[in-house]
Amino acid sequence: MTRTLEATTTAPAAPSVGTRLRTLLFGRSAAIIALLVIVWIIASVSVDNFNTPNTLYFLILDVFPVLLIALPMTFVIITGEIDLSVASMVGLSSVTIGALFQAGVPVPAAVAAALVVGIVGGAVNGFLVTALGLPSLAVTIGSLALYRGIAVGILGTTAVTGFPDVFTDLVKERLFGRGTAIPTVLIVFIVLAIIAIVILHFTGTGRSTYAIGLNKEASAFSGINAGRLKFWFFVATGTVSALAGVFWTLRYDSARGDNAMGLELVVVAAVLVGGVSIFGGRGSLVGVIAGVLVIGALRSALRLADVSSDVINVATGLLLVVSVIVPSIITAIQRLVQRRRAAAAAS
Amino acid sequence: MSATTSRLAALVKRRETSVALAVIVVIVIATLFNSNFAFGSDGFRNLLLTPSILVLLAIAQAVVVITRNIDLSVSAVLGLSAYATGRMFTDWPGAPTILVIVLGILLGTGLGVINGLLVSVAKVPALVITLGTLYIYRGIDIAWAGSTRINASDLPSDFTAIGTGSLFGIPWLTVIALIAFAVLAYYLGYARSGRDLYAIGSNPDAAELYGLPVARRVFGTFVISGTLSGIAGVMYAARYATVSATAGSGMELDSVAAAVIGGVAIFGGSGTVLGAALGAVLLSTINRALPTVGIQDFWQQAVVGALIIGAIVLDRVLYTRAQRALTKERQSSSSEREGARS
Amino acid sequence: MTIPDTPPVLELRDVRKTFGSVVALDSGSLALSPGSIHALVGENGAGKSTLVKVIAGVHRRDSGSVTLAGSEVDFGSTADAKDAGIAVIYQEPTLFPDLTVAENVFMGRHPVRAGGAIDRHVMNEQTSALFERLGVSIDPSRQALGLSIADQQILEIAKAISLDARVLVMDEPTAALSGIEVKRLFTIARALRDEGRGIIFISHRFDEIFDLCDTVTVMRDGAYISTHNIDDVTPAEIVTRMVGRDVDTLFPKTEGTQPGDVVLSVENLGSPGTFSGITFTVREREIVGLAGLVGAGRSEIARAIFGIDDYASGVVRIDGNMLAKGNPRKAIAAGIGLVPEDRRQQGLIVDMSVARNMTLVIRRSLAKWGLMSSRSEYDRAHDGAAKLRVKAGSLESDAGTMSGGNQQKVVLAKWLATNPRLLIVDEPTRGIDVGTKAEVHRLLDELAQEGMAILMISSELPEVLGMSDRVLVVREGRLTAEFSRDEATSEAVMTAATRTEEAA
Repeated sequence: MTRTLEATTTAPAAPSVGTRLRTLLFGRSAAIIALLVIVWIIASVSVDNFNTPNTLYFLILDVFPVLLIALPMTFVIITGEIDLSVASMVGLSSVTIGALFQAGVPVPAAVAAALVVGIVGGAVNGFLVTALGLPSLAVTIGSLALYRGIAVGILGTTAVTGFPDVFTDLVKERLFGRGTAIPTVLIVFIVLAIIAIVILHFTGTGRSTYAIGLNKEASAFSGINAGRLKFWFFVATGTVSALAGVFWTLRYDSARGDNAMGLELVVVAAVLVGGVSIFGGRGSLVGVIAGVLVIGALRSALRLADVSSDVINVATGLLLVVSVIVPSIITAIQRLVQRRRAAAAAS
Repeated sequence: MSATTSRLAALVKRRETSVALAVIVVIVIATLFNSNFAFGSDGFRNLLLTPSILVLLAIAQAVVVITRNIDLSVSAVLGLSAYATGRMFTDWPGAPTILVIVLGILLGTGLGVINGLLVSVAKVPALVITLGTLYIYRGIDIAWAGSTRINASDLPSDFTAIGTGSLFGIPWLTVIALIAFAVLAYYLGYARSGRDLYAIGSNPDAAELYGLPVARRVFGTFVISGTLSGIAGVMYAARYATVSATAGSGMELDSVAAAVIGGVAIFGGSGTVLGAALGAVLLSTINRALPTVGIQDFWQQAVVGALIIGAIVLDRVLYTRAQRALTKERQSSSSEREGARS
Repeated sequence: MTIPDTPPVLELRDVRKTFGSVVALDSGSLALSPGSIHALVGENGAGKSTLVKVIAGVHRRDSGSVTLAGSEVDFGSTADAKDAGIAVIYQEPTLFPDLTVAENVFMGRHPVRAGGAIDRHVMNEQTSALFERLGVSIDPSRQALGLSIADQQILEIAKAISLDARVLVMDEPTAALSGIEVKRLFTIARALRDEGRGIIFISHRFDEIFDLCDTVTVMRDGAYISTHNIDDVTPAEIVTRMVGRDVDTLFPKTEGTQPGDVVLSVENLGSPGTFSGITFTVREREIVGLAGLVGAGRSEIARAIFGIDDYASGVVRIDGNMLAKGNPRKAIAAGIGLVPEDRRQQGLIVDMSVARNMTLVIRRSLAKWGLMSSRSEYDRAHDGAAKLRVKAGSLESDAGTMSGGNQQKVVLAKWLATNPRLLIVDEPTRGIDVGTKAEVHRLLDELAQEGMAILMISSELPEVLGMSDRVLVVREGRLTAEFSRDEATSEAVMTAATRTEEAA
């Protein structure tokens, strides 16, 4: 009876095009894309050779591992967890390929084995975090040391090189022939990125991912199994990191235990710069991809400008700190303004 | 008698005891392989000397972690103050050694102040901030040093003497680490503001509600952490006498590992600097023992990783068991009550 | 008796506090005499908590005056309030679980030796002495982790005494206590009163208020209503002032419907330490009320049925089929919906948009070939919002920005979207305004008429009596009585909910 009362009076109206446009234009992802464009323009104008296909080609190859790992890392961080062991898994995957290749195993089989190692490594993290309820920060600092330790332990300081050209050329191939910008491997990323974007932004699983990060208890009351989802996200970071390890090994034709040392920090920095909240529940993949590219472009431009790689690290760190502080400052200002207004209204 | 036994039982149950025992076990095993490990001319000295720098970083980390924060920049602070110390000697010949030391330490303090301000004023999680400053400080270090390095010949002998000399057979560096440890242990255990740190880490909301000066205390822990890392940097320069831009890199994880292994809960509120210090001693000793027992030292990091994971799994198992015991206790007391009532 | 004679130790006049556009407290007034236990009553959302937080220094008032022992005060922090001699015991004690009991009492004010070192021996002894005075035995050197709620509250009181607080505020201290624990608390409260301290006591239980307090102040809709000498009023009069209307409002309950098949059947459900031997059924077209005191185990039973918590023994059946335990997803698939008691923590994700909250449970069925769009979510949410007349600026805004009543409608809409066979509602009208309350009641009745089985947990007796076809009473984890609609009177239900063992 009462429920059939005219709906129009009380039900909220559909958001106007203006509102949608505003969120689109002033949201976090938009800000980071704008930053990317600005960095790109400044670099093109002020740095010689920045805006050439070759630079872009190397830029993409350089950030490729970060691009890959940032995808599953985004899911992990949105659920309120973190995986610091990814770079170690790159190293372990690389060593797996190297050691097996050295023992005479054909490259495709070695690659498959490396991916299995990635799945297992991710599953171990996932098990410790979800089944035992341990804090992922501590667990993955442990597996960071463990996986890297196993990698370094197996190969020591030696490197395995001399992989067949078929494979090393494959990862360096350009999609549209000599002199063009797009490496063929980018297709791998594009496929994975589309899958990730669809899952995170257009499926129930994606909705659950955000829900877990925002309020674990309420999501349990909505029938969401946080443990299972997180477990698979850790498996995904392990697997994709192993894939990045395959790329790393073949690109540099070098399987070493210390490959990609410290890369976990670049990945986390890129995801956070891309607007994902370290507390979970917020962020988008478009922002993250833009975040990775901002860092990549910045590094590449500075390198071309003959700035040493160390100052580049300073820039990366500053970018990370600034990108997290600015929203904090904005909220603080908003709160201040609100308080002023309230005080003015009261008096 | 029962008080003594229960105190003894409590002592046995403490994490510090088991870590100390583990250190002894490692030393005994290594010494069985090679008696020089503990008894050789340099053996005993190294036993004390090797852990000192990591001990400083570990107790620095512990103070921060107890408040439910983390400082990943400790290794970069160490690197920067180590290089700055060396650089002051080369660029400023005839500088009073003590002044250089003080300035080197104060640089660490200053870097800690920056961390502290960013975390406590801007209210951004320490993990993110110190990850950023880890990059920044290390980057500044590398940019400043380039590929150059400080060599022993650049340093005055009275400075390097700190790294090699000893007091009653105990290396100076160990003495410094012990003093820093003792001061901090006293502060955390017996000063009101030190106890605040535990309260903040145990329940940050309650601490705020209770009126504890949360932001000021957290800021303070980062200053302590920076200062201790600065001391560690100066000690590093004195001990190794060669300082490159990568001095101490990766030690941020060792410091977290030492604290966690020593029983400092990663989410704050519990743990002691004694545990963290012992954790550091264990890690350093294992590191040195591996080649002695015939394992390539490449495996050292794997051992560290296994220890960290083992320690947190152990913590969880013990916690779950304690919780179960408490529930049972409460059930039996409530059924007693029922019985009494009927 | 004491009101006019002695000057108040704490007096609030027309205190106002707003958060953005929300007026949490419009004009709060209160005069607390020393040596008095002063009850503060009002419905949820009447502004009691905000008033307490202003007193405690958590919030700074926008306007109005607060005077403590005659002089105007304005606390900038909880530390200021504490220093001035005000101690607040919150509903959920705020302890430091990793620290010892004694340290929790003396945090920030530890007894020290010369030189500033904390003297743990003296601290433990002083704590023991405090506990002795309170007539309890808690080991001062044990960790606070694992203390029962009652002991935690004793600890908070010990803290207040050691501060020598002049004013003690207890915010629903008895909510989670058993009968004996309440008696112990009251003995302590009276002793403190006799020492000349002023106590503000917030409770929803009238028997307690009339047993313990000497004065009562009523609040409604963020404003002061009236203050009475406890001997001059009856519970009914207070309730009338609290709700601003007569108590016996008619509930929109359709009488004389015939219940259909059994939907939910619970057999011998048990979970050690929380409940045991729970057996009951809920049929189609039936509203079953689950009455009892807060903490009796009602919500825990609901959580176990829904699969949030595991249980040790017993069986849950839906339409005759056994339901796997510990699996909310299966419970939802079997046709159960649960509107939980804590709306902001459990019912909603306050930082998520209204539309997404409404469609979170049906996220899978909403997808086409596994894909979903904001559009489909929005349309579905729009239907739900229209049906329940949700008032929100935009379905895209965060659920946390809405009023309590609208939030509850969103939670209901979220579950109605699943077309449940059985709807469990836990405190469905807690903290929502009178108008929305009636709407929720009407909705529940309609749903039952349409064939849904409804299990309603409520601490409001009129609601239970007014809405239920049958009333089950839970006391200390056991079902102690079952009444038909005609048999269920407030006396009978209250007796079954509170009587002690000897009556059985």
